[in-house]
Amino acid sequence: MAVLESRLPFRRVFARITEGIDPGLLIIMLSLSLLGLATLFSASYENPGRVVNQAVNLAVALAAMWLIAQLAPQTMMRFAVPAYIIGLCFLVAVALFGDVVNGARRWLHVGVTRFQPSEMMKLALPLMLAWYFHRKESTLNLRHFAVGALILLVPFGLIVRQPDLGTAALVGAAGFYVIFFAGISWKVLATVAGLGMAVLPLAWGFLHDYQRRRILTLLDPSTDPLGAGYHIIQSTIAVGSGGFSGKGWLNGTQAHLEFIPERHTDFIFAVFSEEFGLIGNLLLLILYSFLIARALMIANSAATVFARLLAGAIALMFFTYAFVNMGMVSGILPVVGVPLPFLSYGGTALLTLFIGAGMLMSVHRHRRLVQT
Amino acid sequence: MRGSEIRNSEQELQQFQLRVGIAGAVVIAAFALLGARFLWLQVLQHDVYQAKAEDNRISIVPVTPNRGLIVDRNGVVVARNYSGYTLEIYPRRVKNIERTIDALTEYVDITTRDRVRFRKLLQETRNAESLPVKNRLSDEEVAKFAANRFRFEGVEIRARLFRQYPFGDVGSHVLGYLGRINTQDQQKLEDDGVGANYRGTDYIGKAGVEATYESELHGTTGFEQVEIDAAGRGIRTLSRTASQPGSNATLELDMRLQQVAEIAFGDRRGALVAVDPSSGGVLALVSKPGFDPNLFVDGIDPQYWAELQGSPDKPLNNRAVSGLYPPGSTLKPYLALAALETGKRTPRSSIFDPGYFDFGGRRFRDDKKGGHGTVDLYKSIVDSCDTYYYHLANDMGIEAIARFLGPFGFGSRSGIDLAGESTGVLPSPEWKLKRFKRPEQQKWYAGETISIGIGQGYNSYTPLQLAQAMATLVNGGTMYKPRLVAQVDNPRTGERRVVDREVNTRVRFRPEHVDFIKRAMAGVNKEGTGARAFAGAQYSSGGKTGTAQVIGMKQGEKYDEAKVAERFRDHSLFIAFAPLESPKIALAVIVENGGFGARAAAPISRTVLDYFLLGKVPAGLTMPTPEDEAAEAEESD
Repeated sequence: MAVLESRLPFRRVFARITEGIDPGLLIIMLSLSLLGLATLFSASYENPGRVVNQAVNLAVALAAMWLIAQLAPQTMMRFAVPAYIIGLCFLVAVALFGDVVNGARRWLHVGVTRFQPSEMMKLALPLMLAWYFHRKESTLNLRHFAVGALILLVPFGLIVRQPDLGTAALVGAAGFYVIFFAGISWKVLATVAGLGMAVLPLAWGFLHDYQRRRILTLLDPSTDPLGAGYHIIQSTIAVGSGGFSGKGWLNGTQAHLEFIPERHTDFIFAVFSEEFGLIGNLLLLILYSFLIARALMIANSAATVFARLLAGAIALMFFTYAFVNMGMVSGILPVVGVPLPFLSYGGTALLTLFIGAGMLMSVHRHRRLVQT
Repeated sequence: MRGSEIRNSEQELQQFQLRVGIAGAVVIAAFALLGARFLWLQVLQHDVYQAKAEDNRISIVPVTPNRGLIVDRNGVVVARNYSGYTLEIYPRRVKNIERTIDALTEYVDITTRDRVRFRKLLQETRNAESLPVKNRLSDEEVAKFAANRFRFEGVEIRARLFRQYPFGDVGSHVLGYLGRINTQDQQKLEDDGVGANYRGTDYIGKAGVEATYESELHGTTGFEQVEIDAAGRGIRTLSRTASQPGSNATLELDMRLQQVAEIAFGDRRGALVAVDPSSGGVLALVSKPGFDPNLFVDGIDPQYWAELQGSPDKPLNNRAVSGLYPPGSTLKPYLALAALETGKRTPRSSIFDPGYFDFGGRRFRDDKKGGHGTVDLYKSIVDSCDTYYYHLANDMGIEAIARFLGPFGFGSRSGIDLAGESTGVLPSPEWKLKRFKRPEQQKWYAGETISIGIGQGYNSYTPLQLAQAMATLVNGGTMYKPRLVAQVDNPRTGERRVVDREVNTRVRFRPEHVDFIKRAMAGVNKEGTGARAFAGAQYSSGGKTGTAQVIGMKQGEKYDEAKVAERFRDHSLFIAFAPLESPKIALAVIVENGGFGARAAAPISRTVLDYFLLGKVPAGLTMPTPEDEAAEAEESD
């Protein structure tokens, strides 16, 4: 009897904690994160402290996810405008007095630490756009999409100028997904795409030398084996030499002989792929597919315009990160600084992903209960 | 209305769900593409990549290019390379560096200096693969170490090219020096996108022509594919893309002239700039004291570095382009020309000089007690009469003066191909407004114009600006951008890049006016303040002496050289050109704390002109040949 009584509050606490948490999403994300920790352990054998750091990052990210999941979408809507404006202010502050690292002005000092405001925009922009289109529900016309495009282009432009093409592309993509899901007509989309193609040669002139080189290097990496081509050559070798079943955990020669640059962060997929082979890669693709499918399902049954647009955008963000990173490591996309979701080392990226997941969970909890 | 909105909402929802479906299809297609790529790489091409991973034992080794030579206008080599052996430690492969060095001393002579230098290198360059612990090994040392190499994991002998400056400290501020690539340099190279081209290169131009023309002198790094064994030692070369040597730079400078000028300076501090008035080519550029760039080449020894840094003589400062000095009376010819051009004076305008000029309750004194008597414009230059220019400056006003002097390059950067050029100060009311904060300081006082007339006051210019102005005056009014390098030749392609003759400004003045000024300056050297220095010269020349105060004298106080500490003595200046008709050279000399212009600076100018025009090597001075200097450098090492 006494035992039962003492168990009751425990059960209640457990129920409270798991309330609003979507088990499906959580299991997929945790599986991916655990694969990430295992790969990280192999990639940083010379510095095992990284694995512990990343585990701490994971714990922090989980806590953040839980907190967000407890909020109602209506509450998140209230944060949309302030988050966007603060994000913009930070981006302007970076442009004015940010730190220059590797020739790009991306970092902002805040007290003891510094951070990349562009990272925050990855969620703040879709939030803002979803909020905007929600308010214009059922009266949408072309003008609203033009305003939406403006909301997107301001932060996008600021990030391009830093310059950080990778992050700019991701932020731009996140915003574009909202506009796409909001129902922009195919005709307009095709026109904009056509115009974009037309100015592409012009944009080439605005690229920095190193950005041009990256694109040229993609076309023929062997032209620059000491410089930018090195990344692609070595990562492609790592993937290819992994073979069908991989060289086995902790046995990747490319990784362990330090041939893979950035092997804990952007190029961790090369390590994974070398050690786990095609089977590992397919498993990873399946896990990401499940994650995206689950997120799209949540979007599909969301209760409000805001909720479904946000959920849809987050789902496709997961896809974009995974696709761009794996595409870059396997040599079909140019080298841009995009981490592999849930696997790459780094607290900020992980935090963004889990907060996004928390938003999905919140949307799911407040879904439409009656199917129409 | 309400009803249509609901219908719209439903329509939007349906559209959304359709688009979710489309998104899902895109995701599947994209992942299928990735899957196909993985299949291609990991199954179909697996053997190829498996082999490549194996081949990663084959390492790509950068082949560093030979740095381009620097030669003077006559083809005399002033910077070259020589090969030598260095003993290098690979810090990552060595467990206990100190103990390893201790053990090495048994075979190789490693001094405390070498150790200190090595430790400093280790701190400064974190990711270097290998660092030299001893440079220029003797043949005996090479042999001894080679026999015991097996005992030293992570220590190797490398053949490397070293930079050598055969003339030692002559022209050091022109040539500059090479130094090890430090973290900042590395960052800059990466930012410029040339990081890969510097793989395997340890040194980079840090100052002078070596720095300005770094990108052309360096060359293109080649690479070699080398099969290596487990310990990382090369076994055989599989393929090789040769490096391309850097381009050779040809200076406008005449190294012999430079040598003569530096010898003429002796131990005195100062600067000399000589330019070709018809092109802007720099014939000599002296800044004394200098330094020996050879000592920077293998990682400068901290003690020598501290000496250079700490010396009150500031040997690392290039006085010729960054030192700022009041021009003193060397400004007078320009003011005289300004007076003629603006019609404030004619060649016959004369004044009576009682030895002072009273203005606003202040008395401005002439150098000559009792004054020069009746002085016309010609005499004012020849005898350097201060009172004449007190009047003149007052009559012209500061705005007119500044407007006239500006186009001669006074107070603006010339754009010479050297880093660290100073702007200088061409005083004007606008300048004062910008320079000072408090309103009472911002105001221009008429009394301040008076001292501008004799080149004192706020006036301060670089020796290069003085030489440039001289060249502009005598060539008819064209100010060329000064340049040290005439052309850059790529030895492989034979391609030649000529550094273009560029015009900075054009000054307009009437030929009869400038002829008058030139005649007066010729008078200086024949019968005036420069006559002693130019006695018996076998060519025609023009000059002007100048004396610049280092400390302000109270009015009424007499400057007594004997009482003034050496560092507070007046600077001695001289500007000159020769020959009188179609001048081939224009120069400016400043000797710090040298006293009167006629005493220190004018004789140096004479020596330089004598060599340049007559090939006369100054009596009592032996010209060391580059070979002597090199031999000396070897000995002192």
